[in-house]
Amino acid sequence: MTSLRLAWRFLRRDLRAGEVRVLLASLLLAVMAVTTIGFLTDRAERALALQANRLLGGDALLRADEPIAPPARELARSLGLRQTDTAAFPSMLRAGEAMKLAEIRALGQDYPLRGSFRLAAGDAGSREVQGAPERGTLWLTRAGAQAFAVQVGDVLRLGNAEFRLAGVVLEEPDAALDYFNVAPRAFIHWDDLPGTGLIQEGSRVTYRLVVAGEAAAAQRWIDATRDSLQRGQRLETIADARPEIRRALERADRFLGLAALLAVVLAAIAVAMAARRHSARHLDGCAVLRCLGASQSTITGIYAGELLLLGVLGSALGVATGFAVQAALGGWLESVLGIEIPAAGWRPALEGVGLGLLVLLAFALPPVLALRRVPALRVLRRDLDAAEPGSLLTALTGAAGLSALLWWKAGSAALGASLLAGIAATLAALALLAWGLVVLLRRVRGRLHGPWRYGLANVSRRPLASVVQVAALGLGLMAILLLTLVRTDLLARWQQSLPEDAPNRFVVNVQSEQVDGARDILQRHGGETATLYPMIRGRFVARNGEPVAGTDFSARGERAQRLAEREFNLSWAAQLRSVDNEVVAGKMWAADAHGLQEVSVEAGLAESLGWKLGDRVAFDIAGQGFEATITSLRKVDWESFQPNFFVLASPGALDGYAASWITAVSVPRGDLGLTNELVRAYPNVSVIDVDAVIDQVRNTANQVADAVEYVFYFTLAAGLLVLVAAISSTQDERLLEGGVMRVLGASRAQLRLAQAAEFAALGLIAGLTAAIAAGVLSGSIATRVFELPWSPDWRLALVGGALGVVLVTLTGLVATRRIAAIPPSQTLRALQA
Amino acid sequence: MDGLAIATSSAAAADMRIAIRATDLGKRVSLPAGELTILQGLSFVVNGGEAIAIVGASGSGKSTLLSLLAGLDRPSAGEVQLAGTALSTLDEDGRARLRSERVGFVFQNFQLLPALTALENAMLPLELRGERRPDAAARAILQRVGLGERLDHYPRQLSGGEQQRVALARAFITRPEVLFADEPTGNLDAATGDAVIDLLFELNRDAGTTLVLVTHDDALAARCHRTLRLDHGRLVGA
Repeated sequence: MTSLRLAWRFLRRDLRAGEVRVLLASLLLAVMAVTTIGFLTDRAERALALQANRLLGGDALLRADEPIAPPARELARSLGLRQTDTAAFPSMLRAGEAMKLAEIRALGQDYPLRGSFRLAAGDAGSREVQGAPERGTLWLTRAGAQAFAVQVGDVLRLGNAEFRLAGVVLEEPDAALDYFNVAPRAFIHWDDLPGTGLIQEGSRVTYRLVVAGEAAAAQRWIDATRDSLQRGQRLETIADARPEIRRALERADRFLGLAALLAVVLAAIAVAMAARRHSARHLDGCAVLRCLGASQSTITGIYAGELLLLGVLGSALGVATGFAVQAALGGWLESVLGIEIPAAGWRPALEGVGLGLLVLLAFALPPVLALRRVPALRVLRRDLDAAEPGSLLTALTGAAGLSALLWWKAGSAALGASLLAGIAATLAALALLAWGLVVLLRRVRGRLHGPWRYGLANVSRRPLASVVQVAALGLGLMAILLLTLVRTDLLARWQQSLPEDAPNRFVVNVQSEQVDGARDILQRHGGETATLYPMIRGRFVARNGEPVAGTDFSARGERAQRLAEREFNLSWAAQLRSVDNEVVAGKMWAADAHGLQEVSVEAGLAESLGWKLGDRVAFDIAGQGFEATITSLRKVDWESFQPNFFVLASPGALDGYAASWITAVSVPRGDLGLTNELVRAYPNVSVIDVDAVIDQVRNTANQVADAVEYVFYFTLAAGLLVLVAAISSTQDERLLEGGVMRVLGASRAQLRLAQAAEFAALGLIAGLTAAIAAGVLSGSIATRVFELPWSPDWRLALVGGALGVVLVTLTGLVATRRIAAIPPSQTLRALQA
Repeated sequence: MDGLAIATSSAAAADMRIAIRATDLGKRVSLPAGELTILQGLSFVVNGGEAIAIVGASGSGKSTLLSLLAGLDRPSAGEVQLAGTALSTLDEDGRARLRSERVGFVFQNFQLLPALTALENAMLPLELRGERRPDAAARAILQRVGLGERLDHYPRQLSGGEQQRVALARAFITRPEVLFADEPTGNLDAATGDAVIDLLFELNRDAGTTLVLVTHDDALAARCHRTLRLDHGRLVGA
């Protein structure tokens, strides 16, 4: 108790004297970085849990890619559950001359069974609406109304029918968190669906049967339906509502959490540096305490107690700041997700405090514990210090602490270990680069004069400390550079790499009887050579006579299972388009062959599903069977932007099966002539604007990168804290040297110039290191992932260097502001003793 | 007191030969327990080219006096004229400029900048004065103090005696009018200390520099022209 009281007194004094501020700030930043992310994802998860049935529009739903058969409805009726239907599909929507691809949702009369729509009312108000739009009317999402520039009362055309816009939807069930789906959404009444004439052969429609009612009955319906799920059907319940969103949230939590941990790692380095300095400054005090009869355990109690109190204080402040930041961001999240999100729980706060204490324990405790070994004799002989903690011990506890943190956030020991190795390797590479630049600097400095020379000399004088600072700063800068410059650059390069004449409009859903007419229209709009390809949807059902189910492929991974479960788009062709298809195994049929039962399969798909040359694969096409032998495997260049198919049949093999047709053409960017004429003639036809899709990809990538970028600002801040900790650990030397310089006649300006030169050089090295590392990384991403040509980007070095110089110089000058301000005599007297 | 009498009765021409004039100098500091007087009522003159020793027991105020004379600190009372300029008329940077132009320093613990080589340390004062090519002068003076072969060594690679020689080179490179030396042999063994002192006086003689030496070594004090003895902040003998 006495120790703790003393510890509290010491802490208060140290805080007043500014001794432990770096330690406190590092701790605060580490905890804040982690808790901000923790709070935000916790809130999103809570929102999801609380609103699960609202998100479903009911208590459970059965989702299918074909109309849902009666048994599930009859079961619901017999259990006394309410039920309603929805259907969702993409289609062209027209308002005057504006025509866009929209997501159409046809809603049953009673939809939603749980929750409600919120429609705009008046200038800023809104109203809750239960049930679907009235017949003959349509609602649009706010983004949709903006995209079409329409107002309530305007008329829009969908397929063969006209609708009056009756409402602008602000919030909708079953759409929340569809963050990346920015296509306009339109809602119509279920009974208006047939009149549009849009549901035809080959249309991709997602049907949902929504049920709600008494909990036990709903559960019975869920159990029974789960047992009789058909291929292409999925059951969604409150318990597993929106699994894709939940997975996305988990991934976001994990990824952002790990990104935040990077800041924690750097802050931990700062903590270790500050703790060493802290204990070094307490050597004399400890020696005196020992002289006065304090036992080792009392010393441990006092200093470890001080550390513990500091940990609690820093963690509490970190949690509070994290809470404030997420509260500010909460509003933004609400608007992004389109739902109200509840307040955060306690878990992230507890995790934050735990993290703060763990960082302190692993990184700050060893030097502080070493204080208990200070010999009392140090009171008489100051050169006597046996209190240096074994650096091996510090490194070990630090590494153990880091591993524990990464394990916790990564969720697996293996992933944690590989992340630790990755961070260590990155830091080591940065350190190596930094070392090279520091050595180079030593050579350059001979050509400089006065304050410049002295400043630069300081960088190479403590090469180890400089390298640590540069690596820490470089890590943050590198992340920022990668996320800003390299991201936009990669996207731009990818776009440039697309062929000039790559098709930019996909025309889909053309019915067999519309093919000739559509071809005429295409030819009038520059698509003279456009080929229309048949597309027949079929489900893979058997291989070599053996029936298969999607779950048979679970061992081959998620992709294989998804491929096996979904409907394939089959097509047929007399010969392959040579620009983007190449036979890699087997042999194509002759161009004039007819009557063969052969298919050519994309090589990647064959590998995923384990299909081999000579295998017989069978498909179910709208109830009819189709079986053929694999006679060739193809490599496909998917980036050709031409229609391509996983499974291509020989001519004639698919005759008699219902097909819709597809093609791709190139028209001038922004040209609407083709779209307008095609859709006017054939309202069921959809025209997909690839330019718009690419724009959307870019927007999405930018938004994701922005979110991640914010997290890396924590990393940068932590890098700067390492700098401040390093400056603070050399404060005594700096004060003394500053004093000597002043005595020798250096003006304040000269002293500040020397300091500025030192930090500018450090910042430049950090910036260049970051730029080189970001360049190398972007190079490997460009060549390996995107298969793009790559050349060094000098802007990286320029921006990185400038950013490093500005940030580090400002921080350094602030951290050393005292040095030039103290009269030289005072400095010399204080530190000479 | 003779010096003061001569100086005050002479014209401005005589003033040119006065390197330092202290008039009724005092220094007090505020402590929680009250005011502590460190120096009180000191008046004396040091003539150009003269070597004086300031001696006294520990805590007698020697180092404080040196600080005031060199303009490192401001007096609580009185005035110092250094090389013809009243220090009270200068701000901190003005005093720094005066030091860089007229004054040299040698410290007990050398105070070389560890990041700089011997050569860089020696030429630092010239660089601070803005001279563009100070290396030739620095090489010459390091040669003079016997370190011509160790130009590129860092302080940590040099012995104590060698470090103090670099410090002497640094002090004399500007050919200062006044050199302040604070216990220059305090951290050296007797033999090395003697060698350094010999060198100090030699350089002093050659350059015609005024020397103000703080020491409690009476033998060293005896080599100076005059001794100012301090006791509890007062001058007790000159």
